[in-house]
Amino acid sequence: MARLLITHGRLLDPASQRDGPFDLLIEKGKIADVRPSLAAPAPPGGRAGASNGAKVIDATGKLVVPGLVDLHTHLRQPGREDTETLETGCRAAVRGGFTTICAMPNTTPPIDHRGVVDFIAQEAQRLGLASVRPIGAITKGRQGRELTDFGELFEAGCVALSDDGNAVADSFLMRRALEYARMFGRPLIQHAEDPQLAAGGVMHEGLRSTTLGLRGIPAEAESVIVSRDVALAGLTGGWVHVAHLSSAQSVALIRQAKRRGVHVTCETTPHHLALTHEAVGEFDTQAKVNPPLRTEEDRASLIEGLRDGTIDCIATDHAPHADWEKAADFDAAPFGISGLETALAVCVTTLIEPKLLTWGQLIEKLAVAPATIAGISAGSLAVGADADIALIDPAARWTVDPQRFVSKGRHSPFAGQTLTGAVAAVFRRGVEVGG
Amino acid sequence: MMPTAVGSGSATQTRPWTKKDLLGLRELSAEEIRLLLKTAESFREISLRPIKKVPALRGKTVVNLFFEPSTRTRTSFELAAKRLSADIVNISAQGSSLAKGETVLDTVRNLEALKVDILVIRHAAAGVPALIARQASASVINAGDGAHEHPTQALLDLMTIQEKKGRIKGLRVSIIGDIAHSRVARSDIWGLTKLGARVTVCAPPTLLPAQIEQLGVHATHDVEAAIREADVLMLLRIQHERQEAQLVPSLREYRLRYGIDRERLAHARPDVLIMHPGPINRGVELDSSVADGPYSVILDQVTNGLAVRMAALYLVSGAPKVEEEFA
Repeated sequence: MARLLITHGRLLDPASQRDGPFDLLIEKGKIADVRPSLAAPAPPGGRAGASNGAKVIDATGKLVVPGLVDLHTHLRQPGREDTETLETGCRAAVRGGFTTICAMPNTTPPIDHRGVVDFIAQEAQRLGLASVRPIGAITKGRQGRELTDFGELFEAGCVALSDDGNAVADSFLMRRALEYARMFGRPLIQHAEDPQLAAGGVMHEGLRSTTLGLRGIPAEAESVIVSRDVALAGLTGGWVHVAHLSSAQSVALIRQAKRRGVHVTCETTPHHLALTHEAVGEFDTQAKVNPPLRTEEDRASLIEGLRDGTIDCIATDHAPHADWEKAADFDAAPFGISGLETALAVCVTTLIEPKLLTWGQLIEKLAVAPATIAGISAGSLAVGADADIALIDPAARWTVDPQRFVSKGRHSPFAGQTLTGAVAAVFRRGVEVGG
Repeated sequence: MMPTAVGSGSATQTRPWTKKDLLGLRELSAEEIRLLLKTAESFREISLRPIKKVPALRGKTVVNLFFEPSTRTRTSFELAAKRLSADIVNISAQGSSLAKGETVLDTVRNLEALKVDILVIRHAAAGVPALIARQASASVINAGDGAHEHPTQALLDLMTIQEKKGRIKGLRVSIIGDIAHSRVARSDIWGLTKLGARVTVCAPPTLLPAQIEQLGVHATHDVEAAIREADVLMLLRIQHERQEAQLVPSLREYRLRYGIDRERLAHARPDVLIMHPGPINRGVELDSSVADGPYSVILDQVTNGLAVRMAALYLVSGAPKVEEEFA
């Protein structure tokens, strides 16, 4: 396999606390050496002496970061290959800078037994684009009644379990699930939404829903489940990871729980950090997402939670749908945003440009922390690590055009917005796969 | 374009109406609402003639596209179109596969291929008329969408108040009932507040939507207070489903606390108007003695509804695209 030398970029590797002008030497798909950059760039495409026969990639003006890790991706295969396949989803991932994605189990059939896990692993292996890590279901058929065979799912390669799309609403079942999962040291990812409180709702319950006459989902539909789950995590010693946090109340509950030493982690999404329920405008289904976009106060609390460590990571909740589904009326259209290809730039524009986070903190949230939560070795550019690398042009500005997405989900509330930060190149185990 | 038979109202001199569609009162200016009311007044007289027909929309095709059951509104639009000499077709799509949102646009594309001029749309989902209006070159009139808007109902309410009280500005109007699920309430709130009325909404907390006061109204749970100060009482239908959804413990409890009967009306001003968009749930929100009593203008509302719908059809049909064609 070819040797690669990535030179003259700004290496940003929070896992090894490096931030500065370092060159990366890649051999056999691994990071072979990390060394300070020489003063002069190598001649373009040339084989300077220092590169010692390696192909040189000049990363001048670029950030060199570990490939991003998404804890929350919907790939739709098996079942809805018309809306996304592993191939289109992985292409979207690497285009967005992600070299590892965790596949949510709400497929048809769901990822609730070994066969589906094996299918996904084999297909991802064949594609060789991004690393796909399945998340198994907590309950059979995601029905919320009987637990799946946790041990078999983890052995087959699941990094976590979740009934995402549904909460595990039954408190007794959630208690048992958290207890039983303890021996595997892996998290249960909760889609925190009380099904009765949210029933029929299509957007955040507030002035906008009142104006449009749409059924609202109160922030409390999330926070009552978060409150219950941190209590159950406290009771059982189990690990709950709360998906796509959307409300100020939930941030406060998790902040308190972490202080008490409860084993709880959580994520939020780029769209919850960037947008509010005002994005729904006049029934714009591009902004229909679950949990819904909420108020400016909620958005500010999520950013504060990211800054103080309450929120561990940012996950895309990439949820592709067919054009005709999103073209329906607001009640009928499905929830979800196609997010893999805009996640980084939305975060840069929302968090880095206004100086709310540093680049190091952002890479922590988009690569290091999600890898830690998934219990995988990604998110690091230390010697010996897989050469999963993203080159980022931090100043590039581009305008979002969903029609140009490689994902089959060509819908985004950011359509037409000009964002900062572009993925210049992506390497998966030393092979260029996207950008 | 205004037929001379209608008279020489000043609305005929200039036509500041520029919108292709009538989707709701929220998006209209006070001027546009006044123009609709003025146009409706000029049309009211047509229905009093022995030959109730003018050629204003001759050659135009109107489609009543109703995805939700309706008799009153559909009939009112149908008669309005006929009195303006338009051709009108009724399509009832409720309960069929057409009720699904994603096929609404297919239905509309088919109708467009038949070269219709105006689509009058009712749908159970908020935003469907707006969705269709964006896609269709035909004009769209919203005949009620979910809990969003029912603009012609609010216009006929405004017309009735104007007719009976001589003004709208400064009047105190209390809307009592299921505000949360009511498109009529929302359109009335926009129309009344834009024209300067002071609006109170009155319901138990379960039937008031979030942050309703930010729409510029006062909210109360106290029905006697809402009655006492009002020049106009607008009652809304309380639906049986609300009881099932635990929004009110029982219809009996609702009647006891919010139903308007003669006893409760004793608190009202002597010149109060009682209005209701119909159909009335007699013995729940409104006692028969009040519905049929001297303060009730419920049937005047129905009469004015016809004039308002004639005005709406006429104005949207005369939007610039038509004028350009004849320029």
